[in-house]
Amino acid sequence: MNVADWVVLLGTIVGIAAYGSWRTRHVRRLSTYVRGNTSTGWGTIGLSVMATQASAITFLSIPGQGFESGIGFVQNYFGLPLALIIVCAVFLPMYRRLNVYTAYEFLGQRFDEKTRLLGAGLFLLQRGLAAGVTIYAPAIIISTVLGWPLDLVIVVTGLLVIVYTVTGGSEAVALTHKWQMAVIATGMATAMVVLLLRLPDGLGFTGAAHVAGALGKLQAVDFSMDPSRRYTVWTGVFGGLFLSLSYFGTDQSQVQRYIGGASVREGRLGLMFNAVLKIPMQFVILLLGALLFVFYQFAPHPVFFNQAEWRRHAQDERFRAIEAQHASAVAQSESAIRAWLQARASDDAAREASARAAMVAAGHRTQAIRAEAKAALVAADPRVKTQDSDYVFITFILTQLPHGAVGLLIAVMFAAALSSKAAELAALGTTTTIDLWRHFRPLAAADEARNVRVARRFTALWGVLAVGFALFAGFAENLIEAINILGSIFYGVLLGLFLVAFFFRRVGGSAVFFAAVIAQALVVVMYFSLNIGYLWYNLIGCAACIAFSLALQAVLPPPTRATEGRAG
Amino acid sequence: MRPAPGPDERSETEPPAVPGFRTWRGVYLFVFGWFVLVVVLLALFTRMFS
Repeated sequence: MNVADWVVLLGTIVGIAAYGSWRTRHVRRLSTYVRGNTSTGWGTIGLSVMATQASAITFLSIPGQGFESGIGFVQNYFGLPLALIIVCAVFLPMYRRLNVYTAYEFLGQRFDEKTRLLGAGLFLLQRGLAAGVTIYAPAIIISTVLGWPLDLVIVVTGLLVIVYTVTGGSEAVALTHKWQMAVIATGMATAMVVLLLRLPDGLGFTGAAHVAGALGKLQAVDFSMDPSRRYTVWTGVFGGLFLSLSYFGTDQSQVQRYIGGASVREGRLGLMFNAVLKIPMQFVILLLGALLFVFYQFAPHPVFFNQAEWRRHAQDERFRAIEAQHASAVAQSESAIRAWLQARASDDAAREASARAAMVAAGHRTQAIRAEAKAALVAADPRVKTQDSDYVFITFILTQLPHGAVGLLIAVMFAAALSSKAAELAALGTTTTIDLWRHFRPLAAADEARNVRVARRFTALWGVLAVGFALFAGFAENLIEAINILGSIFYGVLLGLFLVAFFFRRVGGSAVFFAAVIAQALVVVMYFSLNIGYLWYNLIGCAACIAFSLALQAVLPPPTRATEGRAG
Repeated sequence: MRPAPGPDERSETEPPAVPGFRTWRGVYLFVFGWFVLVVVLLALFTRMFS
C-alpha cells in the first residue's frame, strides 16, 4: 500500500466514523438513541438493513466461495425475499403498534416478563458470544495478508466502532451505514471493472462466462431433490426462509434497523428494497469469484492463496516440487482452455467435446495438486487452516488493482466490518438496557437522561468485551465454527417463541415459557448425542418450541384477561 | 366508542404511496413476482453457460 491507498483508506473509514460521531453528538432522547431519527426514510433503512447483514466476511469469503465451488451458493438467499414479506406483513406492524424498543419487549407484552427475559437472554448469549468473532474473523485475514499486527487491527477496528456507536447510538449506526454502503458499492464495482479489463485479450465477459460454465462454476440453480446436495433451490427456499425469518424477525440487530423511521411505510419499503436487491447483489459477488477463477486460469498464481501460512511451513524440497508441479499444471490448463475456445469457435461438435474433456481433465489435475499442497501443509503442522479461498479476492486486490483502488478495497473490508459490528453493539446495548436493566430498575425507566447514559455504558461495555474476546480468540481457531453452532442451537427456539406469539393466540405465557425451556434442553441434549448438521437445530428448536407450547397449553388453564399480554 | 387510531395504526392502513401500487398486497405480489423472475433468469443463465 502506498500513500494514495492510505489516504483513501483513512479518509473513508475514519472520515465516516468521525462524521457519524459529530452529527449525532447531541442525541439525548432515548427513542432517538435506540430507534434512530424519527424522520429516517426508507432508503436509509434499506441500506442500514443491508449493511447490518453484510459483514467483512461477506466480501472476503463469498468471492472465494464463487472461486472454489461456483455460484450455487446464491440459492441460500432464495428464502430471504419471502421471509421479508412475512416480516413486513406481520412482525413490523406489530412492533410499531406496540411502540417497543426491542423485539423481546414485544414478548413481554404478548406473554409475560419471564418470557421476555428468556428471549432477551437467548439473544444476548448468542450475539454476545459472537461479538468478538465479527471483529476477529476479518482482522485475521487482513492482518495476515497485509502483514499488520493482528492485535492492532482488532483494537483500532473496535475503538472506531465503539466511539461512534456509543456517541450516537442507532442514529449514528444508520447514518454511517449509508456512507459505508456507498464505499462498499463503489469498491466492489471498481474490482469488477478491473477484473474484466484484466481478462486475456479477446476473451471478454461472455468468453470468460463460457469458460467458467464449462468448468462447472456457473450452475446458479439446481432443482435436484437429492438431499446430499449442499445447495439446491429447495434447501435455499425452505432453509433460507426459516433462517431469514429468524434473523430479520427476531434478531434485535436487524429489528432495530427497521422499527424506527418516519412510519411503518418507511420500514416496509426499506425491507422490500432488500427483498428485491439481495439475490442480485449476492449473485454479482459470487460471479466476481467465478470470474476470478477464470482470470487465474490465464495468470500465474500461488498453489495456496494464504501465502503467509505457506511461507511459514513450506520450507523443504517437497513443497518446492509441489510449486513446480502446480506451475506446470496451470500452464497446461491454460493451453487446454485456449484449445477449447478455438474448438468452440470452429463449430465442430466432436472437436469441441474432445477439447472440453481435455480442459476439464487439466482443471482436475490442478485441483489435485492444490489438494496435495494442503495435505502437505497439514502434515507439516496439523493445526494449520487449509481453507485458502478467503484469501483469493484479497490476493487479487493487492496484486492486480492500481494504487488508490487497493486502499478503496481495503476500506470496503473495514466498512463492512464496522457496519455489522456497529449494529450488533447497538442491539446488545439496547437489549441490556431495555430488557434487563429497566426490568430490575423499574423506577429508573422514567428518567430518560439516565436511560441514555446507561445505554451508552452498556454499548461501550459490549464493545470492550468484544475487543477483549477477539484479542484472545486466536487461542482457539475453531472458535468461529463453535460460535456458529451456538447460534443454531439458540436461534430456533427464539424464532419458535415469536411464531407462537404471532400465530397461536390462545397460547399463554407459562405454556410458551416452559415449552421454550424444554425445547432448548432437547436441542442441547440432541446436539451432544446425535451427529447431524448443526443447521438442522434451527428447525428442530423452532418446531419443538411450537409443538410443546400447544401441548402444554392443552393441559394448562387458558390465559385470563389479567395474565394475557396486551398484544394477545 | 373506539378511540382514535394512533399514528402507527393509521399508517398501517395507509397506501404504500409507490407509483403503480394502491395496496401493500400489490407491493408484496410484485416482490414475489420479482423473486420468481430472478430464479427463472438464474435458471436461464445456468442453462446458457453450463
